[in-house]
Amino acid sequence: MNVLMIIRIAFRALARNKSRAALTMLGIIIGVSAVIVMVSIGQGASATVQSQIESMGTNLLFVSAGAQNVGGVRGGAGDSNTGSPLTVEDLEAVKREVPSVSLVSPVVNSRAQLVAGNQNWSTQVQGVSDQFPEIRKWAVQSGGFFTDADVRTAARVVVIGQTIADNLFPGQDAVGQTLRVSNMPFRVVGVMARKGQDPQGRDQDDAAFAPYTSVQKKLLGNTRVQVAYVSAVSQDATYTAQTQIAELLRQRHKLAPGAADDFTVRNMSDVAEAANQTNSTMTVLLGCIAGVSLLVGGIGIMNIMLVSVTERTREIGIRMAIGARSSAVRTQFLIESIVLSLTGGATGIVLGVVASVTVPLLLGWPTLVSTASIVGSVLFSAAVGIFFGYYPARKAAGLDPIEALRYE
Amino acid sequence: MQTAFEVGTFDNGAHKVVLTPAAEAPEVIRLEGIHKTYSMGDVEVHALRGVTLGIREGEFVAIMGASGSGKSTTMNIIGCLDSPTRGHYELDGEDVSGLSKDERADIRLRKLGFVFQGFNLLSRTSALENVELPMLYAGVEPAERHRRATEALHAVGLAGREQNHPNQLSGGQQQRVAIARALVNDPKLILADEPTGALDSRTSVEVMDIFQRLNRERGITLVLVTHEPDIAAYADRVVVFKDGRIQKDYRVTAPRDAAEELRNLPAVEDDEVEEEA
Repeated sequence: MNVLMIIRIAFRALARNKSRAALTMLGIIIGVSAVIVMVSIGQGASATVQSQIESMGTNLLFVSAGAQNVGGVRGGAGDSNTGSPLTVEDLEAVKREVPSVSLVSPVVNSRAQLVAGNQNWSTQVQGVSDQFPEIRKWAVQSGGFFTDADVRTAARVVVIGQTIADNLFPGQDAVGQTLRVSNMPFRVVGVMARKGQDPQGRDQDDAAFAPYTSVQKKLLGNTRVQVAYVSAVSQDATYTAQTQIAELLRQRHKLAPGAADDFTVRNMSDVAEAANQTNSTMTVLLGCIAGVSLLVGGIGIMNIMLVSVTERTREIGIRMAIGARSSAVRTQFLIESIVLSLTGGATGIVLGVVASVTVPLLLGWPTLVSTASIVGSVLFSAAVGIFFGYYPARKAAGLDPIEALRYE
Repeated sequence: MQTAFEVGTFDNGAHKVVLTPAAEAPEVIRLEGIHKTYSMGDVEVHALRGVTLGIREGEFVAIMGASGSGKSTTMNIIGCLDSPTRGHYELDGEDVSGLSKDERADIRLRKLGFVFQGFNLLSRTSALENVELPMLYAGVEPAERHRRATEALHAVGLAGREQNHPNQLSGGQQQRVAIARALVNDPKLILADEPTGALDSRTSVEVMDIFQRLNRERGITLVLVTHEPDIAAYADRVVVFKDGRIQKDYRVTAPRDAAEELRNLPAVEDDEVEEEA
């Protein structure tokens, strides 16, 4: 009496009741495919956010004016109305005095109308330093970025994103052309490489970059800095840099010990974490709901197996009378339930993967089928088969052949 | 060794009872002082009160008795479906009275074949697969399994019916499938529990014909439980139970010959030929 033989017996028994077997599997099929689809949607979202954040540079730090609430990360554009704004001097001090910081670029934003010839385009003009492309790991495609000299002299030069180049200078080379920013002529010195959408889905190429000094003086008329990009010397140094910048700024802002910071220093992993927190909460939630349906599917298997044991009492009696050991009967029923749950699981995986591939096409959501969810589903459905199959199988094996044969 | 044959001679009316002394074939079954007590709550039910019985190889024995006489309990014990409360049971020279559930299952698999009143075939399963079932548990190779199952079905006259499911077969045919299934592991003994109970008289004769042929041509030992005297009359020997004891044990001098009766049939029902119990 070997297991292979019992497997064959179990398969024959299942084959006699194909429709019931299929219906029993339905619960597991739905459960497993739901888990896979839900997890892959969640993972897809996380992966997208992750890759976008990584593309911004892993040793990037944000310094912004005003204290931020925990979880207020998204609102981190700075607050120019606080009493102690971030100043250019603060940032110069950071660059000068913090050894773990390599690059600093203040960021001042101004919404402006760009006009070139008879074309016009409303966009965000960002005042940054000449180190911006290096900090953001964003290459200039044609022309060049403005220089430190341009910053110092508050030169009227601008580097534009691809979207603006396409709209203001269709079909021509934008470099060397002049455009008007809020009616002031600026010379286009370069065009940035195409960057695509940011994690919030905004078009990053719809932006123009000018020296922050120019934006402050010519467009805003103040010297406030809302936010700054800071680059640490390496990814490992980001936490050191974060602490050191904070210390320096507290000192410069003359904050008493115990007083709250009037600025915020965040690194990319904070941002990534915040962005991912929402996603992973969502993934876990969806996964749990799907998991519950998997559990219900398992209970369905147990129900059917219990009914099946009662219904097949006579069959069990016949098998025992013929010479099947209790263990053979138990193994048979256990294998039947494992086969049901595994076949259901496999079908569920196929359906789940197909659905995960279809979802981006139909709904435009990115999905990422994770091996973990597939392996997990297989293990879970095998466990369901064993767990929910054991009790009915034991019940079958415990039957007395004489009683079982007499059962009507 | 004491055998049931030596117990005594019963006067049995129509039958001349000849109890041949031992020294024939070896005994397949030896029941020695078998007691069986069931406890139903507080009440103890004595199903068997000291049964001693020997059955030799090649015998065709009918066990008779009213319901509650202990014949079914004896049958269950002989069939290793149940074990005695007291006493010894030797099957094929092996003491099987104290075996565990699994060991008894192994004995049933290797040494016994069962035929039941209700056929007890697996539904939605072809005749061939039904017959293959015991070999599946015995671990017989597929090709061998197929060959032996086909052969057994041929032996009971069901050639060409291999792929039929039980619901596509008549009662007699189903019982023949069951007989083929009982035969297929080459048992020491075939136990038939009211095998004709669910069949009409003509089909009953057909089934008895198969049993007689298996017994005579192949020398297979048969133990048949019945409450119908005219079915018992096909056996060579009749053991009658009453109140948990053997009441009578006699040889049938001129057993009914099912083959001949079948030849004389179409004219159904001329069964009242001989015997009593």
